[in-house]
Amino acid sequence: MTKYDAIVIGAGHNGLIAASYLAKAGHSVIVLDGRASPGGCASSKAMGEGFTVSDCAQWITQLDPQVVSDLKLGQHGLSLGEAKATIALQADGDHLMIKGDQVSGAGITSTDQAALRTFKSQIQTFTALMNKAYQARAPKLVDHNWTDRITLMKLGLGLKLMGRANMQDLMRIIMINIYDVMNEHFDHEGLKGALALDAITGTNMGPRSPNTVFSYLHRAIGEQFGIKGPQQVIGGMGQLGMALAQAAQSLGATIQLGTAVTSINKTDDRVTGVTLDTGESLAAKVVLSSADPKTTFRDLVGYQHIETGMARRVEHFRTRSGTAKLHLTLSGLPSFNGLADDDLSERLVIAPSMDAIESAFNPMKYAECGPSQVFDISIPTVEDPSLAPSGQHQLTALVHYLPYAPTEGWDALRPKVLDQLIEQLGIYAPSLRQQIMTSELITPADFEVSHGLSGGNWHHGELAIDQALMMRPFPGSTQYQTALPGLYLCGAGAHPGEVSWDFRGKMRRTNCSSKET
Amino acid sequence: MNDDSFSIAFRREKCHDFLLKHDVELVLNQYDAIVIGAGHNGLTNGAYLAKAGLKVAVLERNPYIGGATVSRELYKGWYYSNCSYVSSLLRPEITRDLELPRHGLQVVPFGGGATFMRNGDYFGSYSDHDRHYREIARHSKKDANAYDRYAADTSRQTRLIRPFLLKTAPDPTSLKPRDLRDLLEFAGSFTALGEEGLLDTIKFWTASVVDYLNEYFETDVIKAHMAGSGIIGTALGVYSPGTAYVLLHHYMGDVDGNVGSWGFARGGMGAIADSLSKAFRSFGGEIICDANVDEIIVKGGRAKGVALKNGDEYYADIVVSNLDPKRTFLDITNPKDLPADVIKKAENFKIRGSSGKLNIALDGLPVFNGLDPKNRLMQGDLHFSDSLERQERAYDDWKNGTWSKDPYLDMMIPSLTDPTMAPPGKHMMSVFVQYAPPKINGGEWTDEDKDGFQKSVIDQISNYSPNFRDLILHVECRTPREIEAEVGLTEGNIFQGELTFDQLLFNRPFPGYAQYRAPIKGMYMCSSGTHPGGGVMAAPGANAAREILRDLHRPNPVPGGYADD
Repeated sequence: MTKYDAIVIGAGHNGLIAASYLAKAGHSVIVLDGRASPGGCASSKAMGEGFTVSDCAQWITQLDPQVVSDLKLGQHGLSLGEAKATIALQADGDHLMIKGDQVSGAGITSTDQAALRTFKSQIQTFTALMNKAYQARAPKLVDHNWTDRITLMKLGLGLKLMGRANMQDLMRIIMINIYDVMNEHFDHEGLKGALALDAITGTNMGPRSPNTVFSYLHRAIGEQFGIKGPQQVIGGMGQLGMALAQAAQSLGATIQLGTAVTSINKTDDRVTGVTLDTGESLAAKVVLSSADPKTTFRDLVGYQHIETGMARRVEHFRTRSGTAKLHLTLSGLPSFNGLADDDLSERLVIAPSMDAIESAFNPMKYAECGPSQVFDISIPTVEDPSLAPSGQHQLTALVHYLPYAPTEGWDALRPKVLDQLIEQLGIYAPSLRQQIMTSELITPADFEVSHGLSGGNWHHGELAIDQALMMRPFPGSTQYQTALPGLYLCGAGAHPGEVSWDFRGKMRRTNCSSKET
Repeated sequence: MNDDSFSIAFRREKCHDFLLKHDVELVLNQYDAIVIGAGHNGLTNGAYLAKAGLKVAVLERNPYIGGATVSRELYKGWYYSNCSYVSSLLRPEITRDLELPRHGLQVVPFGGGATFMRNGDYFGSYSDHDRHYREIARHSKKDANAYDRYAADTSRQTRLIRPFLLKTAPDPTSLKPRDLRDLLEFAGSFTALGEEGLLDTIKFWTASVVDYLNEYFETDVIKAHMAGSGIIGTALGVYSPGTAYVLLHHYMGDVDGNVGSWGFARGGMGAIADSLSKAFRSFGGEIICDANVDEIIVKGGRAKGVALKNGDEYYADIVVSNLDPKRTFLDITNPKDLPADVIKKAENFKIRGSSGKLNIALDGLPVFNGLDPKNRLMQGDLHFSDSLERQERAYDDWKNGTWSKDPYLDMMIPSLTDPTMAPPGKHMMSVFVQYAPPKINGGEWTDEDKDGFQKSVIDQISNYSPNFRDLILHVECRTPREIEAEVGLTEGNIFQGELTFDQLLFNRPFPGYAQYRAPIKGMYMCSSGTHPGGGVMAAPGANAAREILRDLHRPNPVPGGYADD
C-alpha cells in the first residue's frame, strides 16, 4: 500500500493550492477527486454546440495575487480578463454605472456620488483590517498560544489605529444589516440595491438580515489586492482549475481524478488514510479534506467515529443557500435597452432596489420561488469569443433566491422557473427570448450533486459571524485542525471561507510542515 | 445628617447665584436636578438623586405618572396595564434598595403558558419541571430530552449578562483607566467560559432564534412557542440573525430570584411606578404632572433647566432626559447646542414600531381549544402562532408596511392571577400584538387601519375560542400611533430603540455617548434608550444616577454590580 505524506481530498482550488504548497515544502502529496476535471467550483463544461460555460463560480473577485505568483499560475495558462464595472439595470433603460467608488447615470445625485466615495474609502479601511485577520490563522481567544496572541495584538492595534470614529463605526455596523447601512449613506434606490447585492450573494439572507454587512465586507476584501472589479477567467473558470492542477503537478504533487474518496480511515483515534470508490486504500501521515465540513465528518469520517458533541456541531453547521445559476446559449449578441454593445462585457445586475431583493428573498424562506428574482449577469463571450462558436454568445447569471428544496419539487418547478427568469430578463432585453438556443437552470440542489456542496452553499457553510473566523467551521475544529489527529480541513469550510479565495492553502503549509517535518 | 447639611449648603449656594441673576419668584422653580419623564426609569433616577440629598423634580407630560408602566381604569371596574403588562426584568437590587415592597409593590409570578394549535391541540408550558417534560414528550420525546440541555445553556448565558445590567458599559475606544479596568473585567468573565464556551456565547448573541432553537428541538410548535420571546418588541423576524439575543433579553430577569420567570404586579404595572414614586417622595422628591417640556435651557454650553410648552421654566444644573434618544436630541434640545455628529446619530438611531396592543374587558372566561379555563396554563402567556412560518410571515407583512394579517399574539388574562384587575367573575385580557408598523405603506395610521388591525387580532382569537366574541365588553386598541401620542415612545417602540448589536452595550444609544452623559455639560440620559436597554428594568435610571453623582463627587447610594440570585 503506497504511503504518502499527505492525501488531499478534493481537487478544488483550495485542495490544489494546499497540495501545491505542501509539495513545494517537499512533502509527497496525492490529490483525489471524483470529478473528471480539476478545479471543483472553478470548473467549466461543454454546453450546446461548441459552447464552454463556467458551470459554478462565475467571477474572480478575491484571488490572492500572492498565490498567483507563488504558483506561477500565469505560466500554467491562467489569464484573467479586465476588471468589470457594474451596470445596475433600471427598467426605464437609464442605467447606473458603478466602477470602484465612481457612479454615474440614472439621475444619480452628486450627494450620492460623494457619499459613495466616502463609503468606499471607509470600507477600504475596514477590509484592510479584515485582511490582516484573513492572512493569518484565525486566533483563538482563550486557549492562547503566541502566534494567536500576536495576531490578536496586531488586530487590536489595527482597530485602534483606524481612529476613534472608524473604530466606533466598525463595531457598530459589523453585526447589523446592509439595509440600514445603505440607508444611512445613500438615497438612490438603484445604487443601494446594486451594492446590497454583493452582501447577499451566495447567502440565504436578505438585505434586512443582520450579518449582511459582514458578508459585504467579506466580498469587498478583494479590493485589498487591488482588484478593481470582478474578472472572468479567459477560456472559462475551468482554466483556473487546469492552471492550479498543472502548478501542483509541476511542484511534484500527484493528481488522481475520477476516483472519489468513500471514507476517511481511522486507526486508534488517528486518521491514517482514505478508501477510494475503487475499494483501494491509501495511507498517509496526514489527510487534508477540502470537502465541506458536513461531507467530511458526516459522510467520509462517519458519526460513529466522532464524539456526540462534535457530531451535533457538524449536524447544525448551517449550509443553506438561495443562489442558483442560469445558463443561456444565444444565437447572437443580445441587446439590452439603453446599453451599447461594448457595455455588454461588463457585469450587469438586476437589483432595482433593496426592497426588490428582500421580496425576492421572502418566498425562499418558505421553500417557494418568488415571482421576481435578482440577477448577477455575465456575457463572457463579449470579452472571450473562444467560449462560443463565432457570432454566437452565452449569458450566465447568478440568480437569487431559489430554494434548495421547493415544496413542489424541482422537477415540476424547473421549466416554470426557467421560463419566468427569461421573462424577467425580457423586461431589459426584449429580443432575448428569440435568441435562446439552449437554456439551463442550476439550482442549489443541483450544485450539491454536481459539485458536492452541502445545501448548495458556495462557501461550504453560511458566512455568519458565528461560523466565521476562529469559529469556522465550528468550535473544536478551528484553525484547520480537526478534533481528529491527522485530519485537517483546507476547504472553504475553514477560515476565511470563500468561493475563489486562497489563504487557507498557505496556512495549511505552515501548519503541516511544522507538525510533520 | 452630615449629608443633609451638605445638601442644604449646596442648595443655598445655588439660590445665591440665582438671586444675582433672576427675580425672586423664579427661585421657587430652582432645583438641583430635573428629570424629564415620570416613567419607571425617570422615577428611579430621581429617587437615587434625591436619596443622595439633591433637590429633585420629575416633570411628567401626562396628568398621571408611570409612562409605559401604568394601570388605568378605562372601563368602569377594569384596570388595564395598557402598555407594559408583565414584570420580570425589574432589578431585584433596586427593588430591595428602594424598599419597593414597603411602598406597596407585590409581584405575583404566573405559571406556564400555552400555544394553541390549528389542529385543536395545544402545547402547554408548565413551571413544574416534570410536568413540563411530560408535556414536551407528548409532542416529541427527543425534544423533551433536549430541554434540560437547552435550559442549562440558556441560563448560562443569563448568568453571564446579569452582572452587567447595573454597570455602565465601558467604552472600548477610550484609554481611561476606568474603561480599561471595566473592559478587562468584561473580557475576563467571557474568557472564563473557555474557548468553546466563548464561541457558543458569540453564537448565542448573533444567531437567529430559530437557528438557536434548531440546535435543540425538532417540533415546530415547541420552537414557535419559545421563539416568541425572540421577536417581542423587535422589528426582526424569528429567522433574522440577532433574535436569539432578544430571547436572552426576555430570559435574564427574575421574580423573587427565579431567573427567567415572569409575574404580574398586583394592581397592574402602575403599581411599579406608584411604589417608585412613593420611594422618590420619601426622599423629598417632587413630581410635577401636566408639565410638557418644550426645550432644555442651555447657557454657556451648560444645561441650566427646562422650558415648558406653557412658558413655565424650571431651573437646575443637572437635567436628565428619560425620553428616548430621538425625542431627547431632535425634539427638546436646540440643534445649535449639539455637535453635528450627535444629531446625525440621533437621526440614524433605530427605534422601530413593531407592535401594538389590545386591552379587553371580558364578561367571563373564554375557552380555547376546549382547554378548561381553570387550567393553570390559562394564567400564563397564551399564543396562537403554532409554526415558525406563521411568525415569519407576520414579519413579512411588517416589512411590506402593513400590520400582520395573521399576527403573533402574546396574550394574558391577569385577572386570573390578580382579582383586583376586574370586578368579581369578570376578566381583563391583555393582548400584545406583533407586528404593527409605525406607518402604513409610508402613510399615517387612519382609523380604518386601526379597525382593520383590531379585527385581525379579534378574528384570530375567535378562531380558537367560540365564546370569545360574546364576552367582549370593551376594547382599547393601541397601534404605534396611539402609543407614540400618549406615552411618547417614538414610533411606539417599546424598548426605546431596537435591541440590535449596533445599539447595545457601549453602542447604546450611540457610540461615544453610552455612559449616560449627553454632549451638553450637566445633561444626562436615563431612558431605556441607554444601556442595558428596554423592559421594565429600572437599570438605566439607576446607572445614570450613579454617573451623575460620580460627576458631583457625592456619596453614591446606587447599588452597582449585582446581588446574587
